[in-house]
Amino acid sequence: MSRRVHVALFEDGAELVAAANACSRLRIPIVDAYLPFPVHGLDEAMGLRRSRLPLVCFGGGLVGLSLGLALQYWTSAVDWPLNVGGKPFQSFPAFVPVAFELMVLCAGLATAGALFVRSRLLPGHVGVVVDPRVSDDRFVLVVAPAGASIRAADLRALLMEHGAIECREQIVTDRHVEARS
Amino acid sequence: MALDHAVLDVADTTPLIGGGKTIGQVTRDVCSPLERSPTRLWYGAFGAALTALLIGAVAVGYQLRVGIGTWGLDRTVGWGFDITNFVFWVGIGHAGTLISAVLLLLRQKWRTSINRSAEAMTIFAVMCAGLFPVIHMGRPWLAFWVFPYPNTRGPLWINFRSALLWDVFAIGTYFTISLVFWFIGLLPDLATLRDRASGWRRKIYGWLSLGWDGSARTWSRYETCCTLLAALATPLVVSVHTVVSTDFATSLIPGWHATILPPYFVIGAVFSGFAMVLTLMLVARKVMHFEAYITPRHVHAMCKVLVFTGSVVGLAYLTESFTAWYSGNPYERFTFLNRAFGPSGWAYWVMVLCNVVSPQLLWFRRIRNDLRLVFVLSLVINVGMWFERFVIIVTSLERDFLTSSWSHYTPTLVELGTLLGSFGLFFTLFLLFCRYLPMIAISEVKGVLPGRHER
Repeated sequence: MSRRVHVALFEDGAELVAAANACSRLRIPIVDAYLPFPVHGLDEAMGLRRSRLPLVCFGGGLVGLSLGLALQYWTSAVDWPLNVGGKPFQSFPAFVPVAFELMVLCAGLATAGALFVRSRLLPGHVGVVVDPRVSDDRFVLVVAPAGASIRAADLRALLMEHGAIECREQIVTDRHVEARS
Repeated sequence: MALDHAVLDVADTTPLIGGGKTIGQVTRDVCSPLERSPTRLWYGAFGAALTALLIGAVAVGYQLRVGIGTWGLDRTVGWGFDITNFVFWVGIGHAGTLISAVLLLLRQKWRTSINRSAEAMTIFAVMCAGLFPVIHMGRPWLAFWVFPYPNTRGPLWINFRSALLWDVFAIGTYFTISLVFWFIGLLPDLATLRDRASGWRRKIYGWLSLGWDGSARTWSRYETCCTLLAALATPLVVSVHTVVSTDFATSLIPGWHATILPPYFVIGAVFSGFAMVLTLMLVARKVMHFEAYITPRHVHAMCKVLVFTGSVVGLAYLTESFTAWYSGNPYERFTFLNRAFGPSGWAYWVMVLCNVVSPQLLWFRRIRNDLRLVFVLSLVINVGMWFERFVIIVTSLERDFLTSSWSHYTPTLVELGTLLGSFGLFFTLFLLFCRYLPMIAISEVKGVLPGRHER
């Protein structure tokens, strides 16, 4: 399925946030925004929930820590206990550095991996480039007025009033829209 | 936080990015040097770096063929240039992490102009560092023995109680996390390069940017991810040099066996790393014409970090000497007297002059304003910090417990060649980085520009 969206280009992030706020007040669904750098206040305007990456990070750290401790305990005290300078086989304090490093390693890789998977950042993947100037100096707001009680011309006027320099209607496939929500 | 204060002090009226740049100008300024053919200066520098790298390759090749006997080490002095260079290069790397992670958590906006190249510096420095323990093994083709893998020798596992093994995990994790952090930071800028390029450059940057489209959802996750990685990298960077210091501190050699070593190594690493960042930034500023992005305000902030860390390093030297005297341990006392007044005493005084005395000049605004002087001082500090590692390692070993074992260490040509080669590797990689990747974090700098209405 495809649907009709309004694509508005802004020159300033603050203007885009103001426009997004105006849209959400009128209950016009915001599909997405495309920006050259993160603009604050947009998450709230778009109603994005907090990222769950911290949980992934915590989980990864926990796995790394347990794995590190288990590996050291099993190799040093169970599988082949070796007397090194009379130190105990299970020398916990000496196992702390490696366990710590493995915790950080797993937490970091899990977080980065989750970002890549969740945001579909994969080699060879082509993102939705609504406008090539997004990576330069344009801020793009994409709204889908379908179902909202506003006429296309009014929406356009609203966006232009908030500083949009260009506003066009475009058909996008749902795959692009839903896959990223 | 002391760093916080150092920077708050620079509450100048000067903007962070000079010249009233617009967002579009930032893109053009950073990307256009990559889209032109290299300057003659770049070719000259690259040629010199590559020559140094080749000399290093010859030296390493020769010592692999003949053996570690080509070094100036003996039964008494088992660690010399190799470990000195290792600790030196790991230390250099730490400023990159500090700038990218700690200053991100402290929300220091001035980091945006320098964090990208400082992180690149970290990665290349860690690569140089990793080289030395590997060739020091003598049989580097068996280097994989340091990893715990099921093997046909038992399986005989590695000794997890050894500080040298902790190093493997610390440096490995540090390199991996730094690389991931750097790459994630590069994604939006690679997309910028992709959207400006055509032909094969577009394909390569497109592949590397992983289909980045600047979606607000991605940005939101991206920012969370960067904060998390910064929060992980901060204790990591402290742990790395702490572990490096335990290579020494867990041994029984007087001059090494001290509890002060971990904090002393960490602060020394930050000190030397910031000096290296200053060296590179002052060169890049001129060569790449980034005067508007790396402003005197950035230089001032880094100088203040140097004054602070340099003073802490000085305090550490004093504490160490005081403890040696106060401990009443004759071996400890002798080691410290020998360090300062023994046959290698000159190296100790070079170290004190470069690391304790010279950064104190940066208290003066007039000196901080003279960028050429700051550049010279940053080089002096780099030299001093190399000598610090040399002094700690060699002077402690040269005088063994038995006078019959006393020895004197002089590096051979092969060792000097290897040191030169590590600088060659570092600068070759850094110059390639300047040519093919954006040296300044474009999206982050755009974020600290004043908005259209604030201008």
